[in-house]
Amino acid sequence: MKTAPPIPGALPTSERQLRATFLEQAHLVPGGERISRCLQCGTCTGSCPVSYAMDISPRMVIALFRAGQIGEILRSRTIWICASCYMCTTRCPQGIKITDILYALKRTAQETSLYPERVPVYRLSQSFVRIVNRYGRNQEMLLLLLYYLRENPLQLLRMMPLGWALWRKGRVALLPSKIKGVAAIRKILAASKALELPREAEKPPYDETMVGYAAVEKARS
Amino acid sequence: MEYLYYPGCSLESSGRAYDESLRAVFRTLGVGLRELEDWNCCGATMYMSVDETISLAISTRNLALAEQNGGRDLLAPCSACYTVLLKTNRFLRESPDLKAKVDRVLGETGLRYGLSVAVRHPLDVLVNEIGIETITRAAKRRLGGLVFAPYYGCQIVRPERGFDHCEFPESMDRLFERLGATCAYFPLKTRCCGAMLMTMFPDVCLRLIKDLLECAVESGAQCVLTTCPLCQMNLEAYQKPVNKAFGTSYEMPVLYFTQLLGLALGCTEEELGLPRNLIPLKAALPAAAA
Repeated sequence: MKTAPPIPGALPTSERQLRATFLEQAHLVPGGERISRCLQCGTCTGSCPVSYAMDISPRMVIALFRAGQIGEILRSRTIWICASCYMCTTRCPQGIKITDILYALKRTAQETSLYPERVPVYRLSQSFVRIVNRYGRNQEMLLLLLYYLRENPLQLLRMMPLGWALWRKGRVALLPSKIKGVAAIRKILAASKALELPREAEKPPYDETMVGYAAVEKARS
Repeated sequence: MEYLYYPGCSLESSGRAYDESLRAVFRTLGVGLRELEDWNCCGATMYMSVDETISLAISTRNLALAEQNGGRDLLAPCSACYTVLLKTNRFLRESPDLKAKVDRVLGETGLRYGLSVAVRHPLDVLVNEIGIETITRAAKRRLGGLVFAPYYGCQIVRPERGFDHCEFPESMDRLFERLGATCAYFPLKTRCCGAMLMTMFPDVCLRLIKDLLECAVESGAQCVLTTCPLCQMNLEAYQKPVNKAFGTSYEMPVLYFTQLLGLALGCTEEELGLPRNLIPLKAALPAAAA
Protein backbone atom coordinates (compact mmCIF):
# COMPACT_ATOMS: atom_id res chain seq x y z
CA MET A 1 0.00 0.00 0.00
CA LYS A 2 1.38 3.38 -0.96
CA THR A 3 1.23 6.19 1.51
CA ALA A 4 -0.82 8.99 0.11
CA PRO A 5 -0.21 12.55 1.30
CA PRO A 6 -2.50 13.07 4.30
CA ILE A 7 -3.58 16.62 3.47
CA PRO A 8 -4.02 18.00 -0.02
CA GLY A 9 -1.07 20.22 -0.72
CA ALA A 10 1.33 18.46 1.62
CA LEU A 11 3.87 16.38 -0.29
CA PRO A 12 6.74 14.14 0.76
CA THR A 13 10.13 15.62 -0.11
CA SER A 14 10.95 13.17 -2.90
CA GLU A 15 7.61 13.85 -4.59
CA ARG A 16 8.20 17.57 -4.27
CA GLN A 17 11.53 17.21 -6.06
CA LEU A 18 10.00 15.10 -8.82
CA ARG A 19 7.26 17.65 -9.17
CA ALA A 20 9.70 20.53 -9.44
CA THR A 21 11.66 18.69 -12.16
CA PHE A 22 8.51 17.78 -14.05
CA LEU A 23 7.01 21.27 -13.89
CA GLU A 24 10.26 22.68 -15.16
CA GLN A 25 10.22 20.23 -18.09
CA ALA A 26 6.52 20.86 -18.78
CA HIS A 27 7.22 24.58 -18.72
CA LEU A 28 9.63 24.07 -21.63
CA VAL A 29 6.73 22.93 -23.80
CA PRO A 30 4.87 25.87 -25.31
CA GLY A 31 1.32 25.50 -24.02
CA GLY A 32 2.46 23.03 -21.35
CA GLU A 33 0.53 24.92 -18.67
CA ARG A 34 -2.74 23.80 -20.27
CA ILE A 35 -2.43 20.59 -18.27
CA SER A 36 -4.41 22.40 -15.56
CA ARG A 37 -7.42 22.56 -17.89
CA CYS A 38 -7.95 18.77 -17.96
CA LEU A 39 -11.59 17.73 -17.60
CA GLN A 40 -10.83 14.05 -17.04
CA CYS A 41 -13.11 13.17 -19.97
CA GLY A 42 -10.94 10.24 -21.09
CA THR A 43 -10.88 11.11 -24.78
CA CYS A 44 -7.10 10.61 -24.72
CA THR A 45 -7.37 7.09 -23.34
CA GLY A 46 -10.16 6.18 -25.75
CA SER A 47 -8.16 7.48 -28.72
CA CYS A 48 -4.86 5.86 -27.81
CA PRO A 49 -4.09 2.76 -29.91
CA VAL A 50 -1.86 1.34 -27.16
CA SER A 51 -3.74 2.33 -24.00
CA TYR A 52 -4.91 -1.27 -23.70
CA ALA A 53 -1.33 -2.24 -22.90
CA MET A 54 -0.68 0.55 -20.40
CA ASP A 55 -0.84 0.03 -16.65
CA ILE A 56 -1.88 3.68 -16.16
CA SER A 57 -4.03 5.29 -18.84
CA PRO A 58 -3.20 8.76 -20.24
CA ARG A 59 -6.19 10.24 -18.40
CA MET A 60 -4.94 8.72 -15.16
CA VAL A 61 -1.51 10.22 -15.75
CA ILE A 62 -3.01 13.67 -15.40
CA ALA A 63 -5.16 12.60 -12.46
CA LEU A 64 -2.09 11.22 -10.68
CA PHE A 65 -0.16 14.40 -11.41
CA ARG A 66 -2.93 16.36 -9.73
CA ALA A 67 -3.03 13.96 -6.83
CA GLY A 68 0.69 14.45 -6.23
CA GLN A 69 1.74 10.97 -7.35
CA ILE A 70 4.35 11.61 -10.01
CA GLY A 71 6.54 8.86 -8.62
CA GLU A 72 3.72 6.46 -9.39
CA ILE A 73 3.57 7.63 -13.03
CA LEU A 74 7.31 7.26 -13.51
CA ARG A 75 7.29 3.73 -12.15
CA SER A 76 4.65 2.69 -14.70
CA ARG A 77 5.33 1.50 -18.27
CA THR A 78 2.85 4.02 -19.64
CA ILE A 79 5.06 6.90 -20.70
CA TRP A 80 7.42 4.49 -22.47
CA ILE A 81 4.68 2.65 -24.35
CA CYS A 82 3.53 5.86 -26.03
CA ALA A 83 4.70 5.75 -29.65
CA SER A 84 3.96 9.47 -30.23
CA CYS A 85 1.11 9.14 -32.72
CA TYR A 86 -0.43 12.37 -31.34
CA MET A 87 -4.03 11.12 -31.60
CA CYS A 88 -4.76 12.21 -28.02
CA THR A 89 -3.27 15.66 -28.62
CA THR A 90 -5.35 16.09 -31.77
CA ARG A 91 -8.58 15.11 -30.05
CA CYS A 92 -8.18 16.68 -26.60
CA PRO A 93 -11.11 19.11 -26.21
CA GLN A 94 -9.00 21.27 -23.89
CA GLY A 95 -6.01 21.51 -26.23
CA ILE A 96 -3.64 19.75 -23.85
CA LYS A 97 -0.47 18.58 -25.58
CA ILE A 98 -0.58 15.16 -23.97
CA THR A 99 2.18 13.63 -26.11
CA ASP A 100 4.51 16.49 -25.22
CA ILE A 101 3.56 16.16 -21.55
CA LEU A 102 4.58 12.51 -21.76
CA TYR A 103 7.92 13.62 -23.25
CA ALA A 104 8.34 15.97 -20.30
CA LEU A 105 7.68 12.98 -18.01
CA LYS A 106 10.25 10.89 -19.92
CA ARG A 107 12.83 13.62 -19.42
CA THR A 108 11.89 13.79 -15.74
CA ALA A 109 12.45 10.04 -15.50
CA GLN A 110 15.88 10.32 -17.17
CA GLU A 111 16.85 13.21 -14.93
CA THR A 112 15.79 11.49 -11.73
CA SER A 113 16.66 7.92 -12.81
CA LEU A 114 13.24 6.61 -11.93
CA TYR A 115 12.08 3.84 -14.25
CA PRO A 116 9.63 0.93 -14.27
CA GLU A 117 11.07 -2.30 -12.92
CA ARG A 118 12.63 -4.76 -15.39
CA VAL A 119 11.89 -2.56 -18.40
CA PRO A 120 15.13 -1.02 -19.69
CA VAL A 121 13.19 1.55 -21.65
CA TYR A 122 15.61 4.42 -21.34
CA ARG A 123 18.57 2.47 -22.78
CA LEU A 124 17.28 2.68 -26.33
CA SER A 125 17.06 6.46 -26.28
CA GLN A 126 20.41 6.67 -24.53
CA SER A 127 22.07 4.49 -27.20
CA PHE A 128 20.41 6.65 -29.84
CA VAL A 129 21.80 9.81 -28.27
CA ARG A 130 25.28 8.27 -28.13
CA ILE A 131 25.25 7.44 -31.84
CA VAL A 132 23.95 10.84 -32.87
CA ASN A 133 26.48 12.66 -30.69
CA ARG A 134 29.26 10.66 -32.26
CA TYR A 135 28.28 10.63 -35.95
CA GLY A 136 25.70 13.38 -36.32
CA ARG A 137 23.32 10.88 -37.87
CA ASN A 138 21.60 7.76 -36.63
CA GLN A 139 22.30 4.30 -37.95
CA GLU A 140 19.38 1.96 -37.43
CA MET A 141 21.23 -1.31 -37.42
CA LEU A 142 23.97 -0.05 -35.13
CA LEU A 143 21.30 1.23 -32.75
CA LEU A 144 19.52 -2.12 -32.65
CA LEU A 145 22.81 -3.96 -32.32
CA LEU A 146 23.92 -1.84 -29.35
CA TYR A 147 20.53 -2.19 -27.70
CA TYR A 148 20.09 -5.93 -28.13
CA LEU A 149 23.68 -6.75 -27.24
CA ARG A 150 23.15 -5.13 -23.87
CA GLU A 151 19.58 -6.06 -23.21
CA ASN A 152 18.64 -9.21 -24.99
CA PRO A 153 21.31 -11.07 -27.00
CA LEU A 154 18.84 -13.89 -27.57
CA GLN A 155 16.54 -11.54 -29.41
CA LEU A 156 19.50 -10.57 -31.57
CA LEU A 157 19.76 -14.20 -32.70
CA ARG A 158 16.05 -14.26 -33.47
CA MET A 159 16.46 -11.13 -35.56
CA MET A 160 19.19 -12.69 -37.71
CA PRO A 161 16.95 -14.01 -40.51
CA LEU A 162 15.29 -10.62 -40.92
CA GLY A 163 18.64 -8.86 -40.81
CA TRP A 164 19.96 -11.19 -43.49
CA ALA A 165 16.91 -10.64 -45.71
CA LEU A 166 17.32 -6.88 -45.45
CA TRP A 167 21.05 -7.16 -46.03
CA ARG A 168 20.51 -9.07 -49.27
CA LYS A 169 18.20 -6.33 -50.47
CA GLY A 170 20.84 -3.71 -49.76
CA ARG A 171 18.80 -2.20 -46.95
CA VAL A 172 21.47 -2.33 -44.28
CA ALA A 173 24.13 0.38 -44.33
CA LEU A 174 27.60 -0.93 -43.57
CA LEU A 175 28.89 2.10 -41.73
CA PRO A 176 27.13 5.10 -40.30
CA SER A 177 27.79 8.14 -42.44
CA LYS A 178 29.58 10.68 -40.32
CA ILE A 179 28.75 14.28 -41.08
CA LYS A 180 31.38 16.96 -41.60
CA GLY A 181 29.74 19.17 -39.01
CA VAL A 182 30.19 16.70 -36.16
CA ALA A 183 32.26 19.33 -34.36
CA ALA A 184 29.23 21.62 -34.58
CA ILE A 185 27.06 18.95 -32.93
CA ARG A 186 29.59 18.68 -30.09
CA LYS A 187 29.56 22.46 -29.66
CA ILE A 188 25.76 22.40 -29.48
CA LEU A 189 25.95 19.72 -26.78
CA ALA A 190 28.46 21.65 -24.72
CA ALA A 191 26.59 24.94 -25.06
CA SER A 192 23.28 23.34 -24.08
CA LYS A 193 24.85 21.74 -21.01
CA ALA A 194 26.19 25.12 -19.94
CA LEU A 195 22.74 26.63 -20.39
CA GLU A 196 21.10 24.03 -18.22
CA LEU A 197 22.95 25.06 -15.10
CA PRO A 198 21.20 28.34 -14.27
CA ARG A 199 17.87 26.81 -15.21
CA GLU A 200 17.18 25.92 -11.58
CA ALA A 201 16.80 29.61 -10.79
CA GLU A 202 13.91 29.87 -13.26
CA LYS A 203 10.60 29.63 -11.52
CA PRO A 204 7.88 27.61 -13.22
CA PRO A 205 4.64 29.55 -13.65
CA TYR A 206 2.73 27.24 -11.37
CA ASP A 207 3.09 26.44 -7.75
CA GLU A 208 4.80 23.20 -6.79
CA THR A 209 2.09 22.53 -4.28
CA MET A 210 -0.63 22.64 -6.90
CA VAL A 211 -2.24 19.34 -5.95
CA GLY A 212 -5.58 17.99 -4.84
CA TYR A 213 -8.43 20.41 -4.26
CA ALA A 214 -6.05 23.36 -4.44
CA ALA A 215 -5.28 22.46 -8.05
CA VAL A 216 -8.94 22.27 -9.02
CA GLU A 217 -9.66 25.60 -7.35
CA LYS A 218 -6.71 27.18 -9.06
CA ALA A 219 -7.73 25.90 -12.49
CA ARG A 220 -11.22 27.32 -11.94
CA SER A 221 -10.07 30.79 -11.01
CA MET B 1 11.55 24.73 -59.71
CA GLU B 2 13.93 23.26 -57.15
CA TYR B 3 13.44 21.96 -53.64
CA LEU B 4 15.92 21.38 -50.86
CA TYR B 5 15.81 17.79 -49.75
CA TYR B 6 16.36 16.36 -46.26
CA PRO B 7 16.49 12.55 -46.65
CA GLY B 8 16.86 11.58 -42.98
CA CYS B 9 18.78 8.65 -41.54
CA SER B 10 16.37 5.85 -42.51
CA LEU B 11 16.50 6.74 -46.18
CA GLU B 12 20.22 5.95 -46.13
CA SER B 13 19.70 2.35 -45.07
CA SER B 14 16.43 0.45 -44.65
CA GLY B 15 14.47 3.07 -46.57
CA ARG B 16 16.83 3.39 -49.55
CA ALA B 17 14.08 2.51 -51.99
CA TYR B 18 12.10 5.52 -50.74
CA ASP B 19 15.05 7.79 -51.50
CA GLU B 20 15.59 6.21 -54.93
CA SER B 21 11.93 6.34 -55.93
CA LEU B 22 11.47 9.90 -54.68
CA ARG B 23 14.43 11.11 -56.71
CA ALA B 24 13.19 9.19 -59.78
CA VAL B 25 9.71 10.71 -59.50
CA PHE B 26 11.01 14.27 -59.20
CA ARG B 27 13.49 13.69 -62.04
CA THR B 28 10.73 12.41 -64.31
CA LEU B 29 8.51 15.37 -63.47
CA GLY B 30 11.39 17.73 -64.18
CA VAL B 31 11.38 19.17 -60.66
CA GLY B 32 14.77 19.74 -59.04
CA LEU B 33 15.70 18.08 -55.76
CA ARG B 34 18.92 19.26 -54.10
CA GLU B 35 20.10 17.37 -51.04
CA LEU B 36 20.80 19.62 -48.06
CA GLU B 37 24.54 19.48 -47.57
CA ASP B 38 25.84 17.98 -44.33
CA TRP B 39 22.43 17.55 -42.73
CA ASN B 40 22.32 15.86 -39.34
CA CYS B 41 19.84 13.69 -37.45
CA CYS B 42 16.56 15.47 -36.69
CA GLY B 43 16.62 14.17 -33.11
CA ALA B 44 13.60 11.96 -33.65
CA THR B 45 11.36 11.02 -30.78
CA MET B 46 14.24 9.62 -28.82
CA TYR B 47 16.42 12.64 -28.35
CA MET B 48 13.31 14.48 -27.20
CA SER B 49 12.94 12.02 -24.33
CA VAL B 50 16.43 12.83 -23.11
CA ASP B 51 16.99 16.54 -23.52
CA GLU B 52 14.76 19.16 -25.06
CA THR B 53 17.23 21.99 -25.61
CA ILE B 54 19.81 19.83 -27.40
CA SER B 55 17.11 18.05 -29.35
CA LEU B 56 15.65 21.34 -30.60
CA ALA B 57 19.09 22.82 -31.26
CA ILE B 58 20.37 19.95 -33.43
CA SER B 59 17.08 19.92 -35.28
CA THR B 60 17.35 23.68 -35.83
CA ARG B 61 20.84 23.25 -37.28
CA ASN B 62 19.21 21.64 -40.33
CA LEU B 63 16.74 24.50 -40.70
CA ALA B 64 19.54 27.05 -40.37
CA LEU B 65 21.60 25.22 -43.02
CA ALA B 66 18.58 25.18 -45.32
CA GLU B 67 18.12 28.90 -44.81
CA GLN B 68 21.78 29.50 -45.54
CA ASN B 69 21.37 27.56 -48.78
CA GLY B 70 18.55 29.82 -49.85
CA GLY B 71 15.90 27.15 -49.35
CA ARG B 72 12.36 28.27 -48.72
CA ASP B 73 10.90 24.77 -48.69
CA LEU B 74 12.66 21.83 -47.09
CA LEU B 75 11.34 18.44 -48.16
CA ALA B 76 11.34 15.74 -45.48
CA PRO B 77 9.93 12.39 -46.70
CA CYS B 78 10.28 10.51 -43.39
CA SER B 79 7.23 11.17 -41.22
CA ALA B 80 9.29 11.30 -38.04
CA CYS B 81 11.76 13.84 -39.48
CA TYR B 82 8.89 15.80 -40.94
CA THR B 83 7.01 16.07 -37.69
CA VAL B 84 10.13 16.83 -35.62
CA LEU B 85 11.34 19.58 -37.98
CA LEU B 86 7.83 21.00 -38.16
CA LYS B 87 7.49 20.93 -34.39
CA THR B 88 10.88 22.62 -33.98
CA ASN B 89 9.76 25.38 -36.31
CA ARG B 90 6.50 25.80 -34.41
CA PHE B 91 8.09 25.74 -30.94
CA LEU B 92 10.62 28.37 -31.96
CA ARG B 93 7.88 30.58 -33.37
CA GLU B 94 5.61 30.15 -30.35
CA SER B 95 8.14 30.56 -27.61
CA PRO B 96 10.60 33.46 -27.64
CA ASP B 97 12.27 31.90 -24.59
CA LEU B 98 13.08 28.72 -26.45
CA LYS B 99 14.14 30.68 -29.52
CA ALA B 100 16.59 32.74 -27.45
CA LYS B 101 17.99 29.60 -25.87
CA VAL B 102 18.40 27.78 -29.18
CA ASP B 103 19.90 30.91 -30.77
CA ARG B 104 22.55 31.03 -28.08
CA VAL B 105 23.41 27.36 -28.43
CA LEU B 106 23.43 27.46 -32.22
CA GLY B 107 25.42 30.70 -32.19
CA GLU B 108 28.36 28.68 -30.87
CA THR B 109 28.58 27.01 -34.27
CA GLY B 110 28.32 30.28 -36.16
CA LEU B 111 24.80 29.54 -37.45
CA ARG B 112 21.66 31.61 -37.11
CA TYR B 113 18.11 30.69 -37.91
CA GLY B 114 15.65 33.38 -39.00
CA LEU B 115 12.51 31.18 -39.07
CA SER B 116 12.08 31.49 -42.84
CA VAL B 117 12.10 27.80 -43.82
CA ALA B 118 8.89 25.85 -44.43
CA VAL B 119 9.06 22.12 -43.75
CA ARG B 120 7.11 20.19 -46.37
CA HIS B 121 6.26 16.56 -47.00
CA PRO B 122 6.78 15.36 -50.60
CA LEU B 123 3.15 14.17 -50.72
CA ASP B 124 2.02 17.72 -49.95
CA VAL B 125 4.29 19.20 -52.61
CA LEU B 126 3.29 16.61 -55.23
CA VAL B 127 -0.44 16.96 -54.68
CA ASN B 128 -0.78 20.63 -53.79
CA GLU B 129 2.05 22.35 -55.60
CA ILE B 130 3.11 20.31 -58.60
CA GLY B 131 -0.51 19.26 -58.83
CA ILE B 132 -2.49 16.14 -59.65
CA GLU B 133 -3.28 17.54 -63.13
CA THR B 134 0.39 17.91 -64.08
CA ILE B 135 1.17 14.46 -62.74
CA THR B 136 -1.75 12.88 -64.62
CA ARG B 137 -0.60 14.52 -67.85
CA ALA B 138 2.94 13.22 -67.32
CA ALA B 139 1.73 9.67 -66.55
CA LYS B 140 2.85 7.01 -69.00
CA ARG B 141 0.46 4.30 -67.87
CA ARG B 142 -2.86 3.87 -66.11
CA LEU B 143 -2.76 1.88 -62.91
CA GLY B 144 -5.46 -0.40 -64.27
CA GLY B 145 -7.78 -0.70 -61.29
CA LEU B 146 -5.08 -1.77 -58.85
CA VAL B 147 -6.70 -1.71 -55.39
CA PHE B 148 -4.55 0.07 -52.83
CA ALA B 149 -4.90 0.79 -49.11
CA PRO B 150 -3.69 4.36 -48.48
CA TYR B 151 -1.75 4.27 -45.22
CA TYR B 152 -0.71 7.73 -44.04
CA GLY B 153 0.48 6.74 -40.61
CA CYS B 154 0.32 9.17 -37.76
CA GLN B 155 2.96 11.82 -37.87
CA ILE B 156 2.49 13.43 -41.27
CA VAL B 157 -1.00 14.59 -40.37
CA ARG B 158 -0.66 15.25 -36.66
CA PRO B 159 -0.53 16.84 -34.08
CA GLU B 160 -1.89 19.89 -35.85
CA ARG B 161 -3.73 20.07 -39.10
CA GLY B 162 -1.12 20.56 -41.77
CA PHE B 163 -1.68 19.94 -45.45
CA ASP B 164 -4.45 17.42 -44.89
CA HIS B 165 -7.01 16.26 -42.33
CA CYS B 166 -5.66 14.94 -39.01
CA GLU B 167 -7.68 11.76 -38.99
CA PHE B 168 -9.06 11.28 -42.47
CA PRO B 169 -6.60 12.62 -45.04
CA GLU B 170 -7.33 12.08 -48.73
CA SER B 171 -4.32 13.42 -50.68
CA MET B 172 -3.04 9.99 -51.64
CA ASP B 173 -6.54 8.67 -52.34
CA ARG B 174 -7.20 11.46 -54.83
CA LEU B 175 -3.80 11.25 -56.49
CA PHE B 176 -3.90 7.52 -57.22
CA GLU B 177 -7.58 7.40 -58.14
CA ARG B 178 -6.83 9.94 -60.85
CA LEU B 179 -4.02 7.68 -62.06
CA GLY B 180 -6.48 4.84 -62.53
CA ALA B 181 -6.09 2.88 -59.31
CA THR B 182 -8.93 2.05 -56.93
CA CYS B 183 -8.80 3.23 -53.34
CA ALA B 184 -9.84 0.60 -50.83
CA TYR B 185 -12.01 1.44 -47.83
CA PHE B 186 -9.25 1.68 -45.24
CA PRO B 187 -10.49 3.33 -42.05
CA LEU B 188 -7.21 2.73 -40.20
CA LYS B 189 -5.37 5.07 -42.56
CA THR B 190 -3.91 7.22 -39.79
CA ARG B 191 -3.57 4.64 -37.04
CA CYS B 192 -0.16 4.17 -35.48
CA CYS B 193 2.13 1.32 -36.66
CA GLY B 194 4.01 1.31 -33.36
CA ALA B 195 7.25 2.64 -34.81
CA MET B 196 10.14 1.89 -32.42
CA LEU B 197 7.88 0.02 -29.99
CA MET B 198 9.02 -3.08 -31.84
CA THR B 199 12.31 -3.05 -29.93
CA MET B 200 10.93 -2.58 -26.42
CA PHE B 201 7.38 -3.90 -26.47
CA PRO B 202 7.23 -6.24 -29.49
CA ASP B 203 3.94 -7.85 -28.45
CA VAL B 204 2.17 -4.48 -28.36
CA CYS B 205 3.64 -3.46 -31.70
CA LEU B 206 2.87 -6.76 -33.46
CA ARG B 207 -0.77 -6.35 -32.56
CA LEU B 208 -0.88 -2.85 -34.06
CA ILE B 209 0.66 -4.17 -37.25
CA LYS B 210 -1.73 -7.10 -37.35
CA ASP B 211 -4.72 -4.76 -37.05
CA LEU B 212 -3.48 -2.69 -39.98
CA LEU B 213 -2.74 -5.72 -42.18
CA GLU B 214 -6.06 -7.29 -41.31
CA CYS B 215 -7.89 -4.12 -42.27
CA ALA B 216 -6.00 -3.91 -45.56
CA VAL B 217 -6.68 -7.55 -46.43
CA GLU B 218 -10.37 -7.33 -45.50
CA SER B 219 -10.76 -4.24 -47.64
CA GLY B 220 -9.56 -6.20 -50.65
CA ALA B 221 -6.38 -4.16 -51.16
CA GLN B 222 -3.64 -5.60 -53.36
CA CYS B 223 -1.01 -3.41 -51.77
CA VAL B 224 -0.53 -0.90 -48.96
CA LEU B 225 0.95 2.49 -49.81
CA THR B 226 3.01 4.21 -47.13
CA THR B 227 4.53 7.65 -46.74
CA CYS B 228 7.07 6.78 -44.04
CA PRO B 229 10.14 4.50 -43.85
CA LEU B 230 9.23 3.24 -40.38
CA CYS B 231 5.67 2.33 -41.37
CA GLN B 232 6.97 0.52 -44.43
CA MET B 233 9.54 -1.40 -42.41
CA ASN B 234 7.08 -2.39 -39.68
CA LEU B 235 4.30 -3.42 -42.04
CA GLU B 236 6.49 -5.28 -44.52
CA ALA B 237 9.33 -6.84 -42.56
CA TYR B 238 7.29 -8.06 -39.61
CA GLN B 239 4.61 -9.96 -41.49
CA LYS B 240 6.25 -13.29 -40.67
CA PRO B 241 6.31 -12.67 -36.88
CA VAL B 242 2.71 -11.43 -37.13
CA ASN B 243 1.69 -14.58 -38.98
CA LYS B 244 3.40 -16.70 -36.36
CA ALA B 245 1.88 -14.85 -33.41
CA PHE B 246 -1.68 -14.62 -34.72
CA GLY B 247 -1.94 -17.68 -36.97
CA THR B 248 -2.55 -15.56 -40.04
CA SER B 249 -1.01 -15.88 -43.50
CA TYR B 250 -0.51 -12.33 -44.67
CA GLU B 251 1.69 -11.62 -47.64
CA MET B 252 0.76 -8.05 -48.41
CA PRO B 253 3.06 -5.95 -50.58
CA VAL B 254 3.89 -2.64 -48.87
CA LEU B 255 5.12 0.09 -51.20
CA TYR B 256 6.30 3.64 -50.71
CA PHE B 257 3.74 5.84 -52.42
CA THR B 258 6.56 7.19 -54.61
CA GLN B 259 7.20 3.68 -55.96
CA LEU B 260 3.69 3.31 -57.32
CA LEU B 261 3.71 6.89 -58.54
CA GLY B 262 6.98 6.17 -60.35
CA LEU B 263 5.43 3.12 -62.02
CA ALA B 264 2.62 5.33 -63.31
CA LEU B 265 5.17 7.84 -64.58
CA GLY B 266 6.95 5.09 -66.52
CA CYS B 267 10.08 4.73 -64.37
CA THR B 268 11.76 1.31 -64.35
CA GLU B 269 11.51 -1.03 -61.36
CA GLU B 270 15.25 -0.62 -60.70
CA GLU B 271 15.01 3.17 -60.65
CA LEU B 272 12.24 2.88 -58.07
CA GLY B 273 14.10 0.43 -55.85
CA LEU B 274 11.29 -2.10 -56.22
CA PRO B 275 13.69 -5.08 -56.10
CA ARG B 276 14.56 -3.98 -52.55
CA ASN B 277 11.05 -4.75 -51.30
CA LEU B 278 10.78 -8.03 -49.42
CA ILE B 279 7.31 -8.81 -50.73
CA PRO B 280 6.95 -8.11 -54.47
CA LEU B 281 3.91 -6.45 -55.96
CA LYS B 282 2.10 -9.31 -57.65
CA ALA B 283 -0.70 -7.42 -59.33
CA ALA B 284 -0.02 -6.98 -63.04
CA LEU B 285 -0.13 -3.43 -64.34
CA PRO B 286 -0.83 -2.40 -67.93
CA ALA B 287 2.31 -1.82 -69.96
CA ALA B 288 3.68 1.70 -70.08
CA ALA B 289 2.96 3.67 -73.23
CA ALA B 290 6.13 4.66 -75.00
